[in-house]
Amino acid sequence: MGNVLTIILQRLALGALTLLIVSIVIFVAVNLLPGDFAQNILGQGATPDAVASIRRDLGLDQPPLTRYFDWLGGVLQGDLGTSFAQANFASFTGTDSGATTVAAQIAPRFANTMFLAMVTAIIAVPLSITLGVLAALYRNSVFDRAANITTLSSISSPEFFLAYILILFLAVLNPILPSLSNIYEGMAFSERLQKSLLPALTLTLVVTAHMMRMTRAAIINLLASPYIEMARLKGLSPMRVIVKHALPNALAPIINVIALNLAYLITGVVVVEVVFVYPGIGQLFVDSVKIRDIPVVQACCLIFATAYILLNLTADIMSILSNPRLRHPK
Amino acid sequence: MNGISRRGLLKSGAAAGVLGLSGMPLRAQTRGGKLTAGLSGANTTDSWDGRTHSDLFMIASAQGCVFDSLTEIAADGSLKGELAESWEASADAKTWTFNLRQGVTFHNGKAFGADDVIESLQMHLGEESKSAAKPIVEAITDMKKITDHQVQFTLAAGNADFPYLMSDYHILMFPAGQIEEAIANGIGTGLYQVKSFDPGVRMVATRYADHYKGDSAGFFDEVEYIAINDNTARMNALMTGQVDAINRIDFKTEALLRANPALRIQEVTGNQHYTFPMLTGTAPFDDANVRRALKHGINRQEMVDKILLGHGQVGNDTPIGPANQYYAGDMEQLAYDPDKAKFYLKEAGLDSINIDLSASNAAFEGAVDAAQLFQASASAGGININVVQEPADGYWSNVWLKKPFCACYWSGRATEDWMFSTAYEAGVPWNDSQWDHPRFQELLLSARAELDSDKRREQYGEMQQILRDEGGVLVPMFANYVQAVNNRISSPDTVGNLWQMDNGRMAERWSVA
Repeated sequence: MGNVLTIILQRLALGALTLLIVSIVIFVAVNLLPGDFAQNILGQGATPDAVASIRRDLGLDQPPLTRYFDWLGGVLQGDLGTSFAQANFASFTGTDSGATTVAAQIAPRFANTMFLAMVTAIIAVPLSITLGVLAALYRNSVFDRAANITTLSSISSPEFFLAYILILFLAVLNPILPSLSNIYEGMAFSERLQKSLLPALTLTLVVTAHMMRMTRAAIINLLASPYIEMARLKGLSPMRVIVKHALPNALAPIINVIALNLAYLITGVVVVEVVFVYPGIGQLFVDSVKIRDIPVVQACCLIFATAYILLNLTADIMSILSNPRLRHPK
Repeated sequence: MNGISRRGLLKSGAAAGVLGLSGMPLRAQTRGGKLTAGLSGANTTDSWDGRTHSDLFMIASAQGCVFDSLTEIAADGSLKGELAESWEASADAKTWTFNLRQGVTFHNGKAFGADDVIESLQMHLGEESKSAAKPIVEAITDMKKITDHQVQFTLAAGNADFPYLMSDYHILMFPAGQIEEAIANGIGTGLYQVKSFDPGVRMVATRYADHYKGDSAGFFDEVEYIAINDNTARMNALMTGQVDAINRIDFKTEALLRANPALRIQEVTGNQHYTFPMLTGTAPFDDANVRRALKHGINRQEMVDKILLGHGQVGNDTPIGPANQYYAGDMEQLAYDPDKAKFYLKEAGLDSINIDLSASNAAFEGAVDAAQLFQASASAGGININVVQEPADGYWSNVWLKKPFCACYWSGRATEDWMFSTAYEAGVPWNDSQWDHPRFQELLLSARAELDSDKRREQYGEMQQILRDEGGVLVPMFANYVQAVNNRISSPDTVGNLWQMDNGRMAERWSVA
């Protein structure tokens, strides 16, 4: 088991380094964009005086290096900073009392995104693994072809298109589910679930193909192995051969793909959030990029990067744990 | 013991009888129910600070629900008192005395009075103030509390429109001494009290029980505004009945909405206009003949048809629109005429001219297309326009007011003087055509202090004429406000045309059908 621990520590260190690089890249990229927060927030009213005054208030008149290290210093102490949007509001009132931190602004949005990702995962993961196993079992049958064609066409369509199709059939023609997923704090769980169902279904359509095809391929790959042949010769049923003998050995690649897709569910759902007006972190991220609210953009990116790193790490560990050869190295 | 008071029943019965006899339509606005609206123009930067408001979501939430101003512009464009009951001016329109409504309380129970007015106005002043209403309030040299319910303002120069300016959606009344708290929690004197507010996501407010507007306004028990910035999502929400009303209908799909019997489309022409300002201090635009050539080289009707898909009306190069009191609608319309364009170029001593036109869709939706239409129509008159596509980011800082010829938009103002003094008065920061015309300036100053309505009409008429004939801003079109509401909600026949959604006051004026 010491092996696993070393890997975890190594990965975490590398992850921290990745986060640092990500933060530098994002900071540089946002600074390269034309216009800054002051100009964006003032819009047509961007007189030089007003722009200068907002820049002064937010410290945007400092050189970029100073700003970056100020921010980094804060993050290392666990302070993600104050969002420009809220700081600007505080400067209008002349006090900091009303200002909220980036963390406070992001937390509820992130919780919403996690909720949606979870609902989707609960539907999509069992569904795609079942489909994958069945497709492997009845490979090259009509069922296999149909499952492949359906999932591949859904992954090939743009997300917003899938979303509109679902809205058309499930909200407009047959008003079963609401097309608006404006969930909010204090909403009953059942209502929240009902409102999140359409976006979750859309995302399910998007991620299923990848997971299902990986399951199918990994299993089929193993079916030529001698030990599977042995199992068959013992006279086991095809279902038992696949579920009991092939699947455990195919878990590593499947877990990897699931992790990748879960990460996608956290970081890549902006379009779906916009279409369904779901108040998740993706919308906040896009809004913040639009107004160049660098602290929020940075924090969102860190969260996204962390999600990827942690999920990949989890996937690797799970693959190791699921593989006795890796668990007990010679 | 009685569920219904007998007296109340008699009273309402009698009232119904009178109304029935007088032949007025009996469309009683019933109290109760909920209004859910999907609105665009929401941002994560939103707050209850009126000084920062610039788009519909917060205007409808703040001035439309939670806060009040001193005066209010009614749906028909007339001015009426809101927190001010009445006002009078000195003969030179320099000193204004406002009598405030008595017995008004803020949502936290504090009584409203003169101190609140003075402190709420002072919020907009100060070196560091970024308030869009700063120029309005700066014109006040002295604010005096006469009694608890009377305030006197002294202006630097006479301004007959001063009460109109007090209806600006930036100038909201906050409780004195508790302004920070009021901004943080949304404490106003409005018809609705904030229940929850999540910037850029959602606003819910409930009817404030003993509001001074009583039974005459604010008919819903609860109002919910949902931020839906995406056009299609807004339409879907309306079509599936999850919201009762939406703003900003996409012109391309408007016909589909119109075909739905459960919905009503409201379309009003207001003062919102799309423009191409040129810096008249820069060659070649300093030559009035070049400007005239451009005025005849632009095909306004084509722009209304193709850019607005018919949802608008042609402009006459003045920013004064149908929602203005002294709108010169009968003034002769500038027409597309390449020969005239050539003629004026010749007058300027030119055969043809090359001009750069900077445009981006940040200026208005379809600005780049409009610039290209302009390019095509102008070429027939010997004007070669080179359309320069600018990035949308930083457009207002880097292009507008800086490039000699660009695209721009204005939402318009309730009064002529307000509009002119924002963008056409010599030397003001937003004068996007560097307009400095002696006669125009003289008229502007004299009309501002003029209390006689007929004389003002004459003066504003002449000013519009000057702008049409020589002005440095091309105003090819006025864009309609198009919005939709379902039949669950009833709305008055006349809806405001100053802003979207009945001037943002749907929560006040509409009711459950």
